[in-house]
Amino acid sequence: MKENILPKPEPGKDGFLLKVGLAEMLKGGVIMDVTNAEQAKIAEDAGAVAVMALERVPADIRKEGGVARMSSIQILEEIMRTVSIPVMAKIRIGHFVEAEVLQELGVDFIDESEVLTPADEANHVYKHDFRVPFVCGCTCLDEALRRIGEGAAMIRTKGEAGTGNVVEAVRHMRQVTSEIKKLPLMRKDELMAEAKRMGAPYEIVVQVSETGKLPVPNFAAGGIATPADAALMMKLGAETVFVGSGIFKSSDPENRARAIVHATTNYQDAAEVLNASRKLGEAMPGLEIAQIPEGELLQHRGW
Amino acid sequence: MRIGVLAVQGSFSLHARIINKLDIETVEVRRTSDLDNLNGIIIPGGESTTFQIILDASDLGSELRRELRAGLPAWGTCAGAIMLGHSEGNPPGWGLIDIEVFRNDYGRQVDSFVAPLRIKGFTEKFDGVFIRAPRFRNPGRGVEILAEYNGLPVMARQGNLLITSFHPELTSDLHVHRYFISELCTRLNKDHLKSA
Repeated sequence: MKENILPKPEPGKDGFLLKVGLAEMLKGGVIMDVTNAEQAKIAEDAGAVAVMALERVPADIRKEGGVARMSSIQILEEIMRTVSIPVMAKIRIGHFVEAEVLQELGVDFIDESEVLTPADEANHVYKHDFRVPFVCGCTCLDEALRRIGEGAAMIRTKGEAGTGNVVEAVRHMRQVTSEIKKLPLMRKDELMAEAKRMGAPYEIVVQVSETGKLPVPNFAAGGIATPADAALMMKLGAETVFVGSGIFKSSDPENRARAIVHATTNYQDAAEVLNASRKLGEAMPGLEIAQIPEGELLQHRGW
Repeated sequence: MRIGVLAVQGSFSLHARIINKLDIETVEVRRTSDLDNLNGIIIPGGESTTFQIILDASDLGSELRRELRAGLPAWGTCAGAIMLGHSEGNPPGWGLIDIEVFRNDYGRQVDSFVAPLRIKGFTEKFDGVFIRAPRFRNPGRGVEILAEYNGLPVMARQGNLLITSFHPELTSDLHVHRYFISELCTRLNKDHLKSA
Protein backbone atom coordinates (compact mmCIF):
# COMPACT_ATOMS: atom_id res chain seq x y z
CA MET A 1 0.00 0.00 0.00
CA LYS A 2 1.23 3.50 -0.79
CA GLU A 3 2.31 5.78 1.99
CA ASN A 4 0.05 8.65 2.86
CA ILE A 5 2.17 11.48 1.51
CA LEU A 6 1.81 15.04 2.71
CA PRO A 7 1.64 17.68 0.00
CA LYS A 8 5.08 18.68 -1.32
CA PRO A 9 6.31 22.02 0.01
CA GLU A 10 6.22 24.75 -2.64
CA PRO A 11 7.27 28.05 -1.11
CA GLY A 12 4.50 30.59 -1.59
CA LYS A 13 1.94 27.92 -2.55
CA ASP A 14 1.89 25.59 0.38
CA GLY A 15 -1.38 26.42 2.04
CA PHE A 16 -2.59 22.86 2.36
CA LEU A 17 0.68 21.49 3.77
CA LEU A 18 0.70 24.18 6.45
CA LYS A 19 -2.94 23.47 7.31
CA VAL A 20 -2.49 19.71 7.60
CA GLY A 21 0.81 20.38 9.37
CA LEU A 22 -0.95 22.11 12.26
CA ALA A 23 -3.49 19.28 12.44
CA GLU A 24 -0.56 16.83 12.67
CA MET A 25 0.85 18.78 15.64
CA LEU A 26 -2.43 18.35 17.52
CA LYS A 27 -2.37 14.55 17.32
CA GLY A 28 -2.57 12.52 20.50
CA GLY A 29 -4.10 15.41 22.42
CA VAL A 30 -7.38 16.78 23.71
CA ILE A 31 -9.15 19.85 22.29
CA MET A 32 -11.56 21.42 24.76
CA ASP A 33 -14.68 23.55 24.19
CA VAL A 34 -14.53 26.82 26.14
CA THR A 35 -16.84 29.83 26.30
CA ASN A 36 -14.52 32.36 27.98
CA ALA A 37 -10.88 33.10 28.82
CA GLU A 38 -11.13 31.66 32.32
CA GLN A 39 -12.19 28.27 30.96
CA ALA A 40 -9.49 28.50 28.28
CA LYS A 41 -6.85 28.94 30.99
CA ILE A 42 -8.19 25.91 32.88
CA ALA A 43 -8.02 23.90 29.65
CA GLU A 44 -4.43 24.98 28.91
CA ASP A 45 -3.30 24.27 32.47
CA ALA A 46 -4.84 20.80 32.22
CA GLY A 47 -2.78 20.03 29.10
CA ALA A 48 -5.23 20.70 26.26
CA VAL A 49 -3.50 20.96 22.86
CA ALA A 50 -6.01 23.59 21.71
CA VAL A 51 -9.22 25.23 22.79
CA MET A 52 -12.41 25.53 20.76
CA ALA A 53 -14.20 28.79 21.43
CA LEU A 54 -17.96 28.96 21.10
CA GLU A 55 -20.83 31.06 22.39
CA ARG A 56 -22.44 28.31 24.47
CA VAL A 57 -21.40 24.69 24.99
CA PRO A 58 -23.57 22.23 23.03
CA ALA A 59 -25.44 21.07 26.15
CA ASP A 60 -26.68 24.65 26.72
CA ILE A 61 -27.50 25.20 23.04
CA ARG A 62 -29.57 22.04 23.20
CA LYS A 63 -31.35 23.19 26.37
CA GLU A 64 -31.88 26.86 25.57
CA GLY A 65 -32.52 26.64 21.84
CA GLY A 66 -32.43 29.78 19.68
CA VAL A 67 -29.93 30.51 16.92
CA ALA A 68 -26.37 29.52 17.85
CA ARG A 69 -23.72 31.65 16.11
CA MET A 70 -20.00 32.31 16.03
CA SER A 71 -18.57 33.38 19.40
CA SER A 72 -18.36 37.07 20.32
CA ILE A 73 -15.20 38.75 19.02
CA GLN A 74 -14.37 40.34 22.40
CA ILE A 75 -14.40 36.94 24.09
CA LEU A 76 -12.32 35.39 21.29
CA GLU A 77 -9.73 38.15 21.56
CA GLU A 78 -9.56 37.66 25.30
CA ILE A 79 -9.08 33.91 24.86
CA MET A 80 -6.35 34.49 22.24
CA ARG A 81 -4.54 36.84 24.63
CA THR A 82 -4.85 34.43 27.55
CA VAL A 83 -3.55 31.12 26.18
CA SER A 84 -0.47 30.15 24.16
CA ILE A 85 -2.02 27.02 22.60
CA PRO A 86 -3.93 27.23 19.29
CA VAL A 87 -7.37 28.82 19.46
CA MET A 88 -10.08 27.29 17.30
CA ALA A 89 -13.51 28.77 16.77
CA LYS A 90 -16.79 27.54 15.34
CA ILE A 91 -18.73 29.03 12.45
CA ARG A 92 -22.16 28.11 11.14
CA ILE A 93 -22.20 25.67 8.21
CA GLY A 94 -21.90 27.66 4.97
CA HIS A 95 -21.32 31.02 6.68
CA PHE A 96 -18.18 32.01 4.79
CA VAL A 97 -18.28 35.57 6.10
CA GLU A 98 -18.05 34.37 9.71
CA ALA A 99 -15.02 32.43 8.43
CA GLU A 100 -13.51 35.52 6.78
CA VAL A 101 -13.98 37.46 10.02
CA LEU A 102 -12.28 34.76 12.09
CA GLN A 103 -9.40 34.49 9.61
CA GLU A 104 -8.96 38.26 9.81
CA LEU A 105 -8.93 38.00 13.61
CA GLY A 106 -6.22 35.35 13.37
CA VAL A 107 -7.81 32.29 14.96
CA ASP A 108 -5.72 29.18 14.30
CA PHE A 109 -8.41 26.75 13.10
CA ILE A 110 -12.06 27.07 12.11
CA ASP A 111 -14.68 24.41 12.85
CA GLU A 112 -17.52 24.58 10.33
CA SER A 113 -19.83 23.02 12.82
CA GLU A 114 -23.23 21.36 12.93
CA VAL A 115 -23.41 22.40 16.60
CA LEU A 116 -24.24 25.96 15.49
CA THR A 117 -27.39 26.77 13.53
CA PRO A 118 -26.64 26.26 9.81
CA ALA A 119 -26.50 29.40 7.66
CA ASP A 120 -26.77 27.51 4.36
CA GLU A 121 -28.70 24.28 3.96
CA ALA A 122 -27.22 23.46 0.53
CA ASN A 123 -23.57 24.54 0.54
CA HIS A 124 -20.61 24.27 2.84
CA VAL A 125 -17.80 26.84 2.79
CA TYR A 126 -15.22 26.48 -0.03
CA LYS A 127 -12.31 26.06 2.33
CA HIS A 128 -9.43 26.01 -0.19
CA ASP A 129 -9.87 29.78 -0.54
CA PHE A 130 -8.77 30.37 3.06
CA ARG A 131 -5.32 30.53 4.64
CA VAL A 132 -6.73 29.37 7.96
CA PRO A 133 -7.30 25.59 8.23
CA PHE A 134 -10.77 24.09 8.70
CA VAL A 135 -12.08 21.05 10.54
CA CYS A 136 -15.47 19.59 9.60
CA GLY A 137 -17.69 16.92 11.09
CA CYS A 138 -18.79 13.73 9.38
CA THR A 139 -20.96 10.71 10.08
CA CYS A 140 -19.57 8.50 7.30
CA LEU A 141 -16.72 8.33 4.78
CA ASP A 142 -18.46 9.97 1.84
CA GLU A 143 -19.29 13.01 3.95
CA ALA A 144 -15.64 13.18 5.12
CA LEU A 145 -14.38 13.03 1.53
CA ARG A 146 -16.76 15.78 0.38
CA ARG A 147 -15.45 18.05 3.13
CA ILE A 148 -11.84 17.21 2.22
CA GLY A 149 -12.72 17.97 -1.40
CA GLU A 150 -13.82 21.44 -0.27
CA GLY A 151 -10.52 21.88 1.55
CA ALA A 152 -10.97 20.65 5.13
CA ALA A 153 -7.55 19.94 6.70
CA MET A 154 -8.95 17.83 9.53
CA ILE A 155 -12.01 15.62 9.89
CA ARG A 156 -13.83 14.77 13.08
CA THR A 157 -16.78 12.55 13.79
CA LYS A 158 -19.94 14.47 14.55
CA GLY A 159 -21.18 12.21 17.29
CA GLU A 160 -24.14 13.83 18.99
CA ALA A 161 -22.84 16.95 20.72
CA GLY A 162 -24.11 18.06 24.11
CA THR A 163 -25.48 14.68 25.15
CA GLY A 164 -22.60 13.23 27.19
CA ASN A 165 -23.49 10.04 25.29
CA VAL A 166 -20.61 8.57 23.28
CA VAL A 167 -22.72 6.14 21.24
CA GLU A 168 -23.00 8.32 18.12
CA ALA A 169 -19.28 9.17 18.07
CA VAL A 170 -18.58 5.44 18.23
CA ARG A 171 -21.04 4.75 15.43
CA HIS A 172 -19.52 7.42 13.19
CA MET A 173 -15.91 6.42 13.88
CA ARG A 174 -16.64 2.75 13.21
CA GLN A 175 -18.53 3.69 10.07
CA VAL A 176 -15.66 5.79 8.69
CA THR A 177 -12.92 3.30 9.55
CA SER A 178 -14.80 0.29 8.17
CA GLU A 179 -15.54 2.12 4.92
CA ILE A 180 -11.88 3.15 4.63
CA LYS A 181 -10.85 -0.52 4.96
CA LYS A 182 -13.04 -1.52 2.01
CA LEU A 183 -11.61 0.90 -0.57
CA PRO A 184 -8.12 -0.68 -0.89
CA LEU A 185 -9.79 -4.03 -1.66
CA MET A 186 -11.47 -2.64 -4.76
CA ARG A 187 -10.07 -2.87 -8.27
CA LYS A 188 -9.14 0.40 -9.97
CA ASP A 189 -11.99 0.01 -12.44
CA GLU A 190 -14.51 -0.09 -9.57
CA LEU A 191 -13.46 3.19 -8.00
CA MET A 192 -15.30 5.56 -10.35
CA ALA A 193 -18.57 3.73 -9.73
CA GLU A 194 -17.81 3.75 -6.01
CA ALA A 195 -17.13 7.51 -6.08
CA LYS A 196 -20.44 7.99 -7.92
CA ARG A 197 -22.30 5.83 -5.40
CA MET A 198 -20.70 7.69 -2.50
CA GLY A 199 -21.14 11.12 -4.03
CA ALA A 200 -17.50 11.78 -3.15
CA PRO A 201 -14.68 13.33 -5.20
CA TYR A 202 -13.08 10.62 -7.39
CA GLU A 203 -9.45 11.74 -6.85
CA ILE A 204 -9.81 11.50 -3.08
CA VAL A 205 -11.55 8.12 -3.32
CA VAL A 206 -8.54 6.90 -5.35
CA GLN A 207 -6.14 8.36 -2.78
CA VAL A 208 -7.86 6.57 0.11
CA SER A 209 -7.90 3.31 -1.87
CA GLU A 210 -4.12 3.62 -2.40
CA THR A 211 -3.14 4.60 1.14
CA GLY A 212 -5.85 2.98 3.28
CA LYS A 213 -6.12 6.25 5.20
CA LEU A 214 -7.80 9.62 5.07
CA PRO A 215 -5.48 12.22 3.55
CA VAL A 216 -5.96 14.43 6.65
CA PRO A 217 -5.98 13.64 10.39
CA ASN A 218 -9.13 12.03 11.73
CA PHE A 219 -10.29 13.16 15.18
CA ALA A 220 -13.32 12.28 17.33
CA ALA A 221 -16.01 14.53 18.79
CA GLY A 222 -19.55 14.49 20.08
CA GLY A 223 -20.57 13.06 23.45
CA ILE A 224 -17.18 12.30 25.04
CA ALA A 225 -17.61 12.81 28.82
CA THR A 226 -15.19 10.53 30.70
CA PRO A 227 -11.53 9.47 30.51
CA ALA A 228 -12.71 6.03 29.40
CA ASP A 229 -14.79 7.59 26.60
CA ALA A 230 -11.69 9.43 25.36
CA ALA A 231 -9.55 6.26 25.48
CA LEU A 232 -12.31 4.33 23.69
CA MET A 233 -12.33 6.79 20.79
CA MET A 234 -8.53 6.64 20.54
CA LYS A 235 -8.66 2.83 20.46
CA LEU A 236 -11.24 3.00 17.68
CA GLY A 237 -8.84 5.02 15.55
CA ALA A 238 -9.29 8.67 16.54
CA GLU A 239 -6.01 10.58 16.43
CA THR A 240 -7.16 13.23 18.93
CA VAL A 241 -10.40 13.89 20.83
CA PHE A 242 -12.57 16.96 21.13
CA VAL A 243 -14.40 17.30 24.44
CA GLY A 244 -17.29 19.72 24.40
CA SER A 245 -19.75 19.97 27.24
CA GLY A 246 -18.11 17.01 29.01
CA ILE A 247 -15.62 19.15 30.94
CA PHE A 248 -17.35 22.38 31.91
CA LYS A 249 -20.70 20.67 32.55
CA SER A 250 -19.11 18.27 35.05
CA SER A 251 -18.84 18.96 38.79
CA ASP A 252 -15.03 19.40 38.79
CA PRO A 253 -13.79 20.73 35.42
CA GLU A 254 -10.08 21.11 36.44
CA ASN A 255 -9.72 17.50 37.51
CA ARG A 256 -11.85 16.09 34.71
CA ALA A 257 -9.90 18.02 32.10
CA ARG A 258 -6.59 16.68 33.44
CA ALA A 259 -7.98 13.16 33.69
CA ILE A 260 -9.21 13.16 30.09
CA VAL A 261 -5.79 14.40 28.89
CA HIS A 262 -4.07 11.67 30.91
CA ALA A 263 -6.35 8.95 29.56
CA THR A 264 -5.94 10.16 25.96
CA THR A 265 -2.13 10.09 26.18
CA ASN A 266 -2.12 6.69 27.85
CA TYR A 267 -5.09 5.14 26.05
CA GLN A 268 -3.17 1.92 25.39
CA ASP A 269 -2.58 1.35 29.13
CA ALA A 270 -5.69 0.35 31.10
CA ALA A 271 -3.93 0.91 34.44
CA GLU A 272 -3.35 4.56 33.50
CA VAL A 273 -6.93 5.00 32.28
CA LEU A 274 -7.99 3.56 35.67
CA ASN A 275 -5.78 6.09 37.47
CA ALA A 276 -7.29 8.88 35.41
CA SER A 277 -10.78 7.69 36.29
CA ARG A 278 -10.39 8.03 40.09
CA LYS A 279 -11.81 10.87 42.21
CA LEU A 280 -13.51 12.67 39.39
CA GLY A 281 -16.80 13.86 40.88
CA GLU A 282 -19.95 13.77 38.80
CA ALA A 283 -19.82 13.49 35.02
CA MET A 284 -22.19 15.69 33.06
CA PRO A 285 -25.72 14.29 33.02
CA GLY A 286 -26.22 12.17 29.91
CA LEU A 287 -29.00 12.11 27.35
CA GLU A 288 -30.48 9.02 25.73
CA ILE A 289 -30.30 9.57 21.95
CA ALA A 290 -33.68 7.88 21.36
CA GLN A 291 -35.37 10.48 23.56
CA ILE A 292 -34.16 13.37 21.41
CA PRO A 293 -36.77 14.29 18.77
CA GLU A 294 -35.44 13.53 15.27
CA GLY A 295 -35.55 17.22 14.28
CA GLU A 296 -33.28 18.17 17.19
CA LEU A 297 -30.42 15.82 16.28
CA LEU A 298 -27.38 17.96 15.40
CA GLN A 299 -25.64 15.22 13.38
CA HIS A 300 -28.16 15.58 10.54
CA ARG A 301 -27.08 19.16 9.91
CA GLY A 302 -24.73 19.35 6.91
CA TRP A 303 -24.46 16.47 4.43
CA MET B 1 20.85 1.53 16.45
CA ARG B 2 17.62 2.46 18.30
CA ILE B 3 16.11 5.93 18.17
CA GLY B 4 13.40 6.97 20.59
CA VAL B 5 10.62 9.36 19.67
CA LEU B 6 8.93 11.03 22.60
CA ALA B 7 5.33 9.94 22.09
CA VAL B 8 3.36 11.91 24.64
CA GLN B 9 1.70 14.03 21.94
CA GLY B 10 2.33 15.65 18.55
CA SER B 11 4.15 14.65 15.36
CA PHE B 12 5.93 11.61 16.81
CA SER B 13 4.61 9.12 14.25
CA LEU B 14 5.79 11.32 11.35
CA HIS B 15 9.31 11.35 12.82
CA ALA B 16 9.22 7.59 13.38
CA ARG B 17 8.11 7.08 9.76
CA ILE B 18 11.23 8.88 8.49
CA ILE B 19 13.65 7.15 10.88
CA ASN B 20 12.18 3.82 9.77
CA LYS B 21 12.82 4.83 6.14
CA LEU B 22 16.50 5.09 7.07
CA ASP B 23 16.27 1.43 8.18
CA ILE B 24 16.69 2.33 11.82
CA GLU B 25 14.59 0.92 14.65
CA THR B 26 12.35 3.39 16.50
CA VAL B 27 10.83 3.23 19.97
CA GLU B 28 7.82 5.29 21.01
CA VAL B 29 8.83 6.71 24.39
CA ARG B 30 5.85 6.90 26.75
CA ARG B 31 7.37 5.71 30.05
CA THR B 32 10.81 5.71 31.67
CA SER B 33 11.58 2.10 30.72
CA ASP B 34 11.32 3.12 27.05
CA LEU B 35 14.46 5.24 27.56
CA ASP B 36 16.61 2.14 28.02
CA ASN B 37 19.27 1.42 25.38
CA LEU B 38 18.52 4.37 23.12
CA ASN B 39 21.16 5.89 20.83
CA GLY B 40 19.21 9.10 20.46
CA ILE B 41 15.80 10.65 21.01
CA ILE B 42 13.58 13.03 19.05
CA ILE B 43 11.28 15.44 20.88
CA PRO B 44 8.68 16.17 18.20
CA GLY B 45 6.44 19.07 17.33
CA GLY B 46 3.25 19.48 19.30
CA GLU B 47 2.21 21.71 22.15
CA SER B 48 4.95 22.34 24.71
CA THR B 49 2.51 23.10 27.56
CA THR B 50 0.97 19.67 26.98
CA PHE B 51 4.39 17.98 26.86
CA GLN B 52 5.39 19.54 30.14
CA ILE B 53 2.20 18.65 31.98
CA ILE B 54 2.33 15.03 30.81
CA LEU B 55 6.06 14.65 31.46
CA ASP B 56 5.75 16.09 34.94
CA ALA B 57 2.82 13.83 35.81
CA SER B 58 5.30 10.93 36.06
CA ASP B 59 9.06 10.64 36.42
CA LEU B 60 9.48 10.50 32.62
CA GLY B 61 10.41 14.20 32.43
CA SER B 62 13.07 14.05 35.13
CA GLU B 63 14.53 10.78 33.78
CA LEU B 64 14.66 12.19 30.27
CA ARG B 65 16.49 15.32 31.51
CA ARG B 66 18.93 13.11 33.41
CA GLU B 67 19.66 11.11 30.23
CA LEU B 68 20.12 14.29 28.19
CA ARG B 69 22.56 15.70 30.76
CA ALA B 70 24.43 12.39 30.64
CA GLY B 71 24.91 12.89 26.90
CA LEU B 72 22.02 11.12 25.13
CA PRO B 73 21.81 12.73 21.66
CA ALA B 74 18.51 14.57 21.25
CA TRP B 75 16.78 16.63 18.59
CA GLY B 76 13.88 18.95 19.39
CA THR B 77 11.62 20.21 16.58
CA CYS B 78 9.48 23.28 17.35
CA ALA B 79 7.82 22.35 20.69
CA GLY B 80 10.79 20.02 21.29
CA ALA B 81 13.15 22.99 20.87
CA ILE B 82 11.10 24.95 23.42
CA MET B 83 11.61 22.12 25.93
CA LEU B 84 15.40 22.00 25.33
CA GLY B 85 16.18 25.74 25.25
CA HIS B 86 15.88 28.66 27.62
CA SER B 87 12.23 29.53 27.24
CA GLU B 88 10.59 32.19 29.36
CA GLY B 89 7.09 31.76 30.72
CA ASN B 90 4.93 28.77 30.16
CA PRO B 91 6.57 26.25 29.88
CA PRO B 92 9.92 27.50 31.18
CA GLY B 93 12.12 25.12 29.14
CA TRP B 94 14.93 22.99 30.52
CA GLY B 95 17.79 25.30 29.52
CA LEU B 96 19.92 22.39 28.29
CA ILE B 97 20.98 24.19 25.12
CA ASP B 98 22.27 27.72 25.56
CA ILE B 99 19.85 29.68 23.39
CA GLU B 100 16.67 31.64 24.08
CA VAL B 101 13.49 30.22 22.55
CA PHE B 102 10.33 32.33 22.20
CA ARG B 103 7.16 30.34 21.68
CA ASN B 104 4.89 31.20 18.69
CA ASP B 105 7.15 34.18 18.01
CA TYR B 106 6.80 33.87 14.22
CA GLY B 107 3.07 34.41 14.75
CA ARG B 108 -0.19 32.51 14.73
CA GLN B 109 -1.27 29.84 12.22
CA VAL B 110 -2.16 32.38 9.49
CA ASP B 111 1.52 33.47 9.63
CA SER B 112 2.87 29.93 9.15
CA PHE B 113 5.14 29.57 6.10
CA VAL B 114 7.58 27.47 4.09
CA ALA B 115 11.05 28.83 3.38
CA PRO B 116 13.99 27.28 1.50
CA LEU B 117 16.91 27.13 3.95
CA ARG B 118 20.65 26.95 3.42
CA ILE B 119 21.87 24.46 6.01
CA LYS B 120 25.59 24.23 6.86
CA GLY B 121 27.09 21.18 5.17
CA PHE B 122 24.05 20.49 2.95
CA THR B 123 24.57 20.75 -0.81
CA GLU B 124 20.92 21.55 -1.57
CA LYS B 125 18.43 23.88 0.02
CA PHE B 126 15.99 22.37 2.50
CA ASP B 127 12.32 23.38 2.59
CA GLY B 128 11.72 24.50 6.18
CA VAL B 129 8.06 24.21 7.23
CA PHE B 130 7.39 26.72 10.02
CA ILE B 131 4.11 26.29 11.89
CA ARG B 132 3.34 28.73 14.72
CA ALA B 133 7.09 28.53 15.01
CA PRO B 134 9.30 29.54 17.95
CA ARG B 135 12.05 32.12 17.39
CA PHE B 136 15.62 31.47 18.57
CA ARG B 137 17.69 34.39 19.88
CA ASN B 138 20.93 35.11 21.71
CA PRO B 139 22.82 31.83 21.24
CA GLY B 140 25.63 31.26 23.73
CA ARG B 141 29.24 30.82 22.61
CA GLY B 142 29.08 27.04 22.61
CA VAL B 143 26.14 26.96 20.21
CA GLU B 144 26.79 26.26 16.53
CA ILE B 145 24.27 27.90 14.19
CA LEU B 146 23.47 25.53 11.32
CA ALA B 147 20.82 27.57 9.51
CA GLU B 148 19.35 31.04 9.62
CA TYR B 149 16.19 32.67 8.36
CA ASN B 150 16.05 36.46 8.06
CA GLY B 151 19.24 36.74 10.09
CA LEU B 152 18.05 34.67 13.06
CA PRO B 153 18.98 31.06 13.84
CA VAL B 154 16.42 28.37 12.97
CA MET B 155 18.68 25.32 13.39
CA ALA B 156 21.34 25.07 16.06
CA ARG B 157 23.48 22.54 17.84
CA GLN B 158 25.37 22.32 21.10
CA GLY B 159 27.12 19.07 21.96
CA ASN B 160 24.56 16.27 22.03
CA LEU B 161 21.60 18.57 21.39
CA LEU B 162 20.09 19.74 18.09
CA ILE B 163 17.12 22.08 17.69
CA THR B 164 15.09 23.21 14.68
CA SER B 165 12.24 25.70 14.78
CA PHE B 166 10.88 24.07 11.59
CA HIS B 167 9.42 20.62 10.95
CA PRO B 168 11.50 18.29 8.71
CA GLU B 169 9.05 15.52 9.66
CA LEU B 170 6.39 17.24 7.52
CA THR B 171 8.41 16.75 4.32
CA SER B 172 9.75 13.71 2.52
CA ASP B 173 13.29 15.14 2.51
CA LEU B 174 15.37 12.90 4.79
CA HIS B 175 18.47 15.11 5.05
CA VAL B 176 17.97 16.63 8.50
CA HIS B 177 17.06 13.23 9.96
CA ARG B 178 20.20 11.78 8.33
CA TYR B 179 22.25 14.62 9.82
CA PHE B 180 20.90 13.87 13.32
CA ILE B 181 21.68 10.17 12.97
CA SER B 182 25.19 10.55 11.52
CA GLU B 183 26.45 13.68 13.27
CA LEU B 184 24.92 13.17 16.71
CA CYS B 185 23.68 9.61 17.29
CA THR B 186 26.49 7.68 15.57
CA ARG B 187 29.35 9.98 16.50
CA LEU B 188 28.41 10.60 20.12
CA ASN B 189 27.13 7.15 20.85
CA LYS B 190 30.33 5.74 22.30
CA ASP B 191 30.82 8.66 24.68
CA HIS B 192 27.24 8.37 25.91
CA LEU B 193 27.53 4.65 26.59
CA LYS B 194 30.73 5.29 28.53
CA SER B 195 29.16 7.87 30.82
CA ALA B 196 25.91 5.88 31.28
